[in-house]
Amino acid sequence: MGQAAPVVLRLEGVTKRFGPLTANDAISFELRRGEVVALLGENGAGKTTLMSILFGHYLADAGRVEVEGRPLPPGDTRAALAAGLAMVHQHFTLADSMSVLENIALGTQPLWAPRLDRGRALARIREMSADFGLEVDPAARIADLSVGERQRVEILKALYREARVLILDEPTAVLTPQESEALFATLRRLVARGLAIIFISHKLGEVMAVSDRVLVLRAGRLVGERATADTDRHALAELMVGAEIPRPDIGPAQPGPMLVEMKGVTAGGLGPVDLALRGGEITGIAGVSGNGQAALAEVLSGTLAPQAGTLAIEGRAAGAWSPRAALAAGIARVPEDRHGVGVIGDMSVTENLVAEAYRAPAFSRRGWMKRPATRDFARRVIRDYEVKCPGPEAPARLLSGGNMQKLILGRALDGEPRIILASQPTRGLDVGAVAYVHARLLEARARGAAVLLISEDLDEIMALSDRIHVISRGRLSPPSARGELSIREIGARMAGLGFDHAA
Amino acid sequence: MAAALEILFTASFWVAAVRIASPLIFATLGELICERAGVLNLGIEGIMVAGAFAGWFTVYSGGDLWTGVAVAALTGAAFGLLHGLLTVPLGLSQHVTGIGITLLATSLTYYTYRLALPEVTSPPKIEAFRPLEIPLLADMPLVGPALFAQTPFTYLAFAAAALVAWLLYRTPLGLALRAAGENPDALEAQGLSVTAIRMGAVAAGSALMAVGGAFLTMSAFNSFFFEMVNGRGWVCIALVVFGSWRPGKALLGAILFGAFDAYQVRLQGVVGDAVPYQVFLMLPYVLSILALVAVSRRASYPKALMVPYRKGER
Repeated sequence: MGQAAPVVLRLEGVTKRFGPLTANDAISFELRRGEVVALLGENGAGKTTLMSILFGHYLADAGRVEVEGRPLPPGDTRAALAAGLAMVHQHFTLADSMSVLENIALGTQPLWAPRLDRGRALARIREMSADFGLEVDPAARIADLSVGERQRVEILKALYREARVLILDEPTAVLTPQESEALFATLRRLVARGLAIIFISHKLGEVMAVSDRVLVLRAGRLVGERATADTDRHALAELMVGAEIPRPDIGPAQPGPMLVEMKGVTAGGLGPVDLALRGGEITGIAGVSGNGQAALAEVLSGTLAPQAGTLAIEGRAAGAWSPRAALAAGIARVPEDRHGVGVIGDMSVTENLVAEAYRAPAFSRRGWMKRPATRDFARRVIRDYEVKCPGPEAPARLLSGGNMQKLILGRALDGEPRIILASQPTRGLDVGAVAYVHARLLEARARGAAVLLISEDLDEIMALSDRIHVISRGRLSPPSARGELSIREIGARMAGLGFDHAA
Repeated sequence: MAAALEILFTASFWVAAVRIASPLIFATLGELICERAGVLNLGIEGIMVAGAFAGWFTVYSGGDLWTGVAVAALTGAAFGLLHGLLTVPLGLSQHVTGIGITLLATSLTYYTYRLALPEVTSPPKIEAFRPLEIPLLADMPLVGPALFAQTPFTYLAFAAAALVAWLLYRTPLGLALRAAGENPDALEAQGLSVTAIRMGAVAAGSALMAVGGAFLTMSAFNSFFFEMVNGRGWVCIALVVFGSWRPGKALLGAILFGAFDAYQVRLQGVVGDAVPYQVFLMLPYVLSILALVAVSRRASYPKALMVPYRKGER
C-alpha cells in the first residue's frame, strides 16, 4: 500500500485497566485508507477490549481515538457509527425472524418518521449487493439464510451506513473454507473501493493471505508490527505467544486392539459408513462442513441411535444406544458446540465438571451429592488442565473459549478413557490453546486410547491423524495412512472425487 | 336447537359482541406492544383496574369524557414506567414484577376509591359515552349496527388496532421495537438504546391497557365497582398468543371472545334452568382455550421475550 494513503483511524496511547489487570496498555497505531490490517493475538490479549473502546462500550482510562483527523467522543456507540466505523461481530447481531432489509434498515432512518422507506432501502441494498458481489435476497428471513449469507448481511449493514472502517472479529470462525475464500475476495473488493479493514484473527494462515500489515497484541500490549510481505507464519506465531511454540512431537503409532467398529451404520443423513477405531491411533475425519460430520459425532456420543448397521464397542455389540450407554461404554466426548452442548453456562465450573459423572459413587451416595468430593475434583482438574477461572464456583459462561475447552477436556479425559471423540476441538481457539488441545490428544494416543478427530481444519487433520477418512455427503472414503495422500489429493476427495456420488 | 342458532342472526348479539370486545382490543394491543419489545407485562389486570377508576373518577369530578380517557392513559403509563424500571434497567423477573404491579395497582385503586368516596354505598354513576350511529353504514344488516352504531370509544379501539399495525410494520420506530423483542444486540449494534425502546414500549402499552379498563366504566357501564375487570387482563394475555403477536389477528381474537361471551348470556335465556348457569359462564374460557390450542401451536413468539438485556454481558 502506498504510504501516501490518508490515515482514517488513529489510536494514541489507548489504555484500559480492569482492576489490577491492564487489558490495553498504551496502544497506538494508524490505519490507512485501502489497507487490510490484521490484529493478531491470543484470546485475552486485549483485541476485543480495544474494539469495545472504539465502539464506546468501554471508556478508556487514557489515550485518544481519531477518525479522519477528528477526535472520537468516548463512550458513544452512535458517534462511532456516525464517524464511519462498523463492526461485524463474531456472534452476528441480526434478528432472525426479520427480513434482510429490515435488519439492514434498522436504526438508519429517523425513529419518529411516520413511514419506513422500504423502497429506498431496497434500491440501495440491490445496488450495493451488485457492486460488491454480496449476493443476498433482501426479502429473505435471516433464519432461512446460511451462516455465510448472514455474514454478508452484516457487511451490507456496514456498507449501508457508509462505513469507511470495517472491523471484522474472527470472521472465518463460523465459515466453511469456500465461504472464507468468498469473504476474502469481498474484502479485496472493499479495500479497492477505499475502505480500510481491521481483521481480527488468530489464524495465521488467513492473516498471511488477507492482510497488508499485521499488528500483534500480547497481554494487552502491542508487541509487533510487520508488513505481511516481510514476515511468515512462524515469526508471527512467536510474536503472538512470546516464545517459540514447540511443534507436537509425534512418534510412530502403536496400534492396539479394535475399540470401535461401525458396519453399514446409517443415521440422520449419515451413511451407510464403515469405520474402525483402534487403540493408540488418531483417526481423522476431513471434510467440508455439513457433510455428515455432526451425525457421525452424534452416533458415537450416543445422542443419535443408528437406524441401520451395527456398532460394536470393544468387540461387544452396543445394545440400546443412548448418551448414558455411550458414557458407560467409556466414550469421552468433546462436543463441537462448546457453548450450546459442552457446558451449561449458568452452572458452576464444578457442576459442569461432574455433569457426566455425578451419579458415580465418588460423587454421590444414595442420591445425595458429595459436595466436598466434587469440589476437590474440580480443584484438581482446574490445576491439572490449567483452566483459568475465578474459582470452582464461578459460572462456566465467564470462561474464555480456550478455558472452556480445557474444562471440557478435563471432564472428558480425566478418567483416562479408552475411546475419545473430539469434534472440532480447536475451532475458535488461539494458537496456545490449540497446541494444548493437540498435546492432550496425543497424550491419550500414547497411552493407548482410540481418538476420533473430526475437524474442518485440514492442517490439523494432516498433522495429527494416523489414518484419514474423508467425509462427503454422509459417506466415508477408505482410510489413508499418515502421509499417504497429499493435501491436494485429500482436497479432491473433500470435493467428492472418488465417491460414487461424484459420477 | 334452532333458537340457539337464531341468536347468531340477531343484531343485538353482534352489537354486544363488539362492545364486549372493545376493552379487550385496547388491552390486548397494549400487551402486544410490550411483548413485541420483549417485556411480558402481567401488570395488565391491575393496570386495567387503575385505568377504569382513573377515567371514571375524572369524569365524576367534572372532567369531560375524553379528558377521562387521557387521564386513564397517563395512569397506565405511570404504572408501565414502574414495571419498565424494574424489569428493563434493573432486569428483575418479569413474572414476579408483573404480578406485583397487578396487586399494587388493584389495591391502590380500591384504597383511593375509599378515600375519595368514603360515604357512598351504591356506586355513583356518570354520563358515559353514547352510541354514535354512522349514517348509511349503520343501516346495513347485522354488520351495520355491530360496527357502526357503537360508542366513539369503540371506534377508537378499531383505530388503535390499525395504528398499532402501522406502527409495528411500517415505521422505523416499529422496526426498532420488534428488533428489541427479537435480538436486542441487533438494536444496540445499530446505535439504538434497548432500554429506551423497551421502556417506551412498556409505558405506551400500559397506557393502552388502562384505556381498555376505562372503557368498562365510561362506555360499557357508567360506574366503577370492585371486581369489575374480573380477569379480562388475563384473557388479553391469552389473546396475544392467540393472535400470534400480530395486531390484526389479535383484533379478530378479541371479537371472537366477545362473541363467545355475548353468546353464552343469550344461550342461558334459551336453555333456561336445565343447565346450571356457571357452565355458560365457563363457556367463553373453554372455547378460548380450545381456540388457543388450535391456532397458536405454530406461533412464533418474540425470541427475546422475558430475557432481560444487559449491555456487554457474555
